[in-house]
Amino acid sequence: MDITQNKSHADVKWFIGLVLAALLVTVAYLNLTPFANLLLALTHIDPHTRLGDALSFYFFEAPKVILLLISIVFIMGVIHTFISAERTRAILSGRRLGAGNVMAAGLGIVTPFCSCSAIPLFIGFLQAGVPLGVMFSFLISAPMVNEVALSMLFALLGWKVAGLYLGLGLSVAIVSGLVIGALQMENSVEDWVRALQQTGPVTVTERFTWSQRFQSGLTHVQEIVGNVWIYILLGIGIGAGIHGYVPEHVMVSLMGKNTGWWSVPAAVLIGVPMYSNAAGMIPIVQALLGKGAALGTTLAFMMSVTALSAPEMFILRKVLKPRLIATFAGIVAFGILLVGYVFNTVL
Amino acid sequence: MIDIKVLGTGCANCKATIQLIEATAKSEHVPIALEKVEDMQSIIGYGVLSTPGIVIDGKVVHAGGVPTRDKIVGWLHEEPASIAASTDSGCCS
Repeated sequence: MDITQNKSHADVKWFIGLVLAALLVTVAYLNLTPFANLLLALTHIDPHTRLGDALSFYFFEAPKVILLLISIVFIMGVIHTFISAERTRAILSGRRLGAGNVMAAGLGIVTPFCSCSAIPLFIGFLQAGVPLGVMFSFLISAPMVNEVALSMLFALLGWKVAGLYLGLGLSVAIVSGLVIGALQMENSVEDWVRALQQTGPVTVTERFTWSQRFQSGLTHVQEIVGNVWIYILLGIGIGAGIHGYVPEHVMVSLMGKNTGWWSVPAAVLIGVPMYSNAAGMIPIVQALLGKGAALGTTLAFMMSVTALSAPEMFILRKVLKPRLIATFAGIVAFGILLVGYVFNTVL
Repeated sequence: MIDIKVLGTGCANCKATIQLIEATAKSEHVPIALEKVEDMQSIIGYGVLSTPGIVIDGKVVHAGGVPTRDKIVGWLHEEPASIAASTDSGCCS
């Protein structure tokens, strides 16, 4: 058997496997409620008690989240094989502010991005002629609008909230990048970065068969879901506890719409030091929403957790002067606050 | 002897890549000179956009994410001039 035959056999096997998996996931998804009811029946706890309420919440939400998470992370893993940082850089280099910011924010969603690669990425982009403001639109959108956050929001809060988060996140990324670009802070990039010799763009050609793309999707699931599943189950547990035990008026008084001006800034501030717990936060957020917390406050909190990451700003400190980092954090925080206030007022 | 440099600042994927390359070279009986490049300036000098990056005989063949064992085997057995480069998905998103 020659190589091409081997490859297409592998492709066919993957294709069949995926179709089966998709069917399984759909069937499982459609049977979530009966499954949850079954599990609850096995515990012999009355569903009308607080414990029963919390448990049935958990038995329904946990499998649902895991199913959706695996599906969406897998798809993103495959998409990542089509987009690389090099391609994104090539698309963005030389773009002017405006269109460049929009494209950068959009690409931030699908480009694989790792905080550990933030510096080579930043420098590589700058050297290729990507304007600073465009770069920031990418840097803001990449961690904030990520498939874990989106799939969990979708799983627990529905497509409307997930869509809102996506749209608003992109807007914050685009506008913040535009503002930073307009401020013309190019000389706030560390001197040693600007003194670097121009290195020619390293083109790393890709050759992926479909099997390799699907394998990559699977690896992505292993990496991501493997890292966050504990936080998610814990988060849903806490959410279930809130759902079953916290009386409604408590949340409304703390985080509801009419709490007063401080609730949104507080939410943004609390979100800053939290990053790796983003996945686990969402179930808690969902429970809080169910108990009367305002949507604006919770959206602001979610965005702050993912977009304003203390570790990442620490890393960027190596290539950016403090005033640029402060400007970056300030503008993004302001954008998030705006989102929070507007939504609390409008909805 | 093939000269392999792994570019990375020490995150988990960089360590995993080094271990995988060492193990693969051993099982394939290909002698290599493996070097870790952790200095940021040097890493940037290679022009990679994501770590871990892999440089074989002076040429960047991989950037971003842990490479598959198959890819490593391919690099170990191919002539330097015809090495097909690759990129995988990033180590985290």
